[in-house]
Amino acid sequence: MNLDNLIQQFQQKDTVAFETLYNMYAENICGAINVIVKDSERSQEICQDVFVKIWEKSNQYDASKGRFFTWLLNIARNAAIDEVRSKAHKNKKKNLPVDSLVGIYENGEDLNSKMDTIGLQSLLKGLKEKCILLIDMLYFKGYTQKEAAKELNTPIGTIKTRIRSCISNIRKNMA
Amino acid sequence: MDVEEYIASGILELYVAGALPPEENLEVQHYAIQYPKIRKEIEAIERAILELTEAASPKMPQDGFAKVKAEINDVIPFTPQTTSSKATPWRSYLGWAASVLLAIGLFWMYTENSKLKSEIELTNQEKQSLEDVLSNTQEEITLKENLLQQLRDKNVTVIALGGQTVSPSSYAKAYWNKEENKVIIDGQGLPEPPDGFTYQVWSLKLDPLTPTSIGLLDDFASQDTKLFTLENANDSEAFGITLEPEGGSETPTLEQLYTLGAVGS
Repeated sequence: MNLDNLIQQFQQKDTVAFETLYNMYAENICGAINVIVKDSERSQEICQDVFVKIWEKSNQYDASKGRFFTWLLNIARNAAIDEVRSKAHKNKKKNLPVDSLVGIYENGEDLNSKMDTIGLQSLLKGLKEKCILLIDMLYFKGYTQKEAAKELNTPIGTIKTRIRSCISNIRKNMA
Repeated sequence: MDVEEYIASGILELYVAGALPPEENLEVQHYAIQYPKIRKEIEAIERAILELTEAASPKMPQDGFAKVKAEINDVIPFTPQTTSSKATPWRSYLGWAASVLLAIGLFWMYTENSKLKSEIELTNQEKQSLEDVLSNTQEEITLKENLLQQLRDKNVTVIALGGQTVSPSSYAKAYWNKEENKVIIDGQGLPEPPDGFTYQVWSLKLDPLTPTSIGLLDDFASQDTKLFTLENANDSEAFGITLEPEGGSETPTLEQLYTLGAVGS
């Protein structure tokens, strides 16, 4: 089944199509959440909630505005960030930790053994720390290119070429 | 456009991240349709991110979707059509068709109702005018009965007034009630007076001939019964009717004497 058709049927509230999409993307969505939340059980719960949300918002996805996965990723990270913010509020901390992915990579910070730390480490092998930081900001924390450029005090053009080289590195590691 | 250079710029990585401003996002979208190479590159970048996020997953439980499904069934109770999407248009068209029919039906009933209302209105008006006619008729009957009563009164003397030289075929009658000093003139046998003229009724004493005006037959044309009631306290010996200029004359114009009749003993 072609992805476009699947998405179309899902948008027509077809639960079978939705289940297929769930099976395709659940691990990715949960992984993206886990990088931010760093709590396996809580991440799983949030992931379920995110899929309910995705179902409710199905008609809001507009294929002319971006990839379906990008849309899913955006909903997932908003939910994850909300979770961390509400927790951080309780802990009287103001900001998100800046080094989620870096922490996982270096320390295998998530205590849940189910996570594929080795797989993650092999994917990120050879990446410079500023690469991992940029991936973390752009893909997991949802910074726009402008926000990332400002945060890192770097021109937007440099942000673009740097993320190109970082992702290329991961693609080499995949091969 | 240099596709290689475009890919090398890193814009596609930011597109997958959803980090581009809207106009650049649209541009990538556009090129992805135009250049298959760009689309393939986008898919390759996405695969890398899928790989990365999957590696970070704590692994979802096997029954993960069952929980989601239970919840969406709670959230959205009106989703019975998990079957073919081709069934959907038929059902929704049916709904639309039904509402269109309903609208037409309501409109039809509304116009029918308006029609009936105006018919009732019309019937009421007809009824009203018939009632008016009836009451007019009753009034007329009463009037005529009164008149008949007056003419039949035992004190009434009937005087036939015959046509004279100017109009031999004319005739009239006077019903004179001496007790009540009233004369009713029946002018049915008189022609309609020309414009600007009116009939004037005279009480006459014969020896010597002394005419006294007792009144005018005003509005002769519009008087249906041609019966005119006049006062007459004279000791009349005859009655005559002449044609006079409108408003009447002091003395009768004898050349225009239409009818004349003497009171019998």
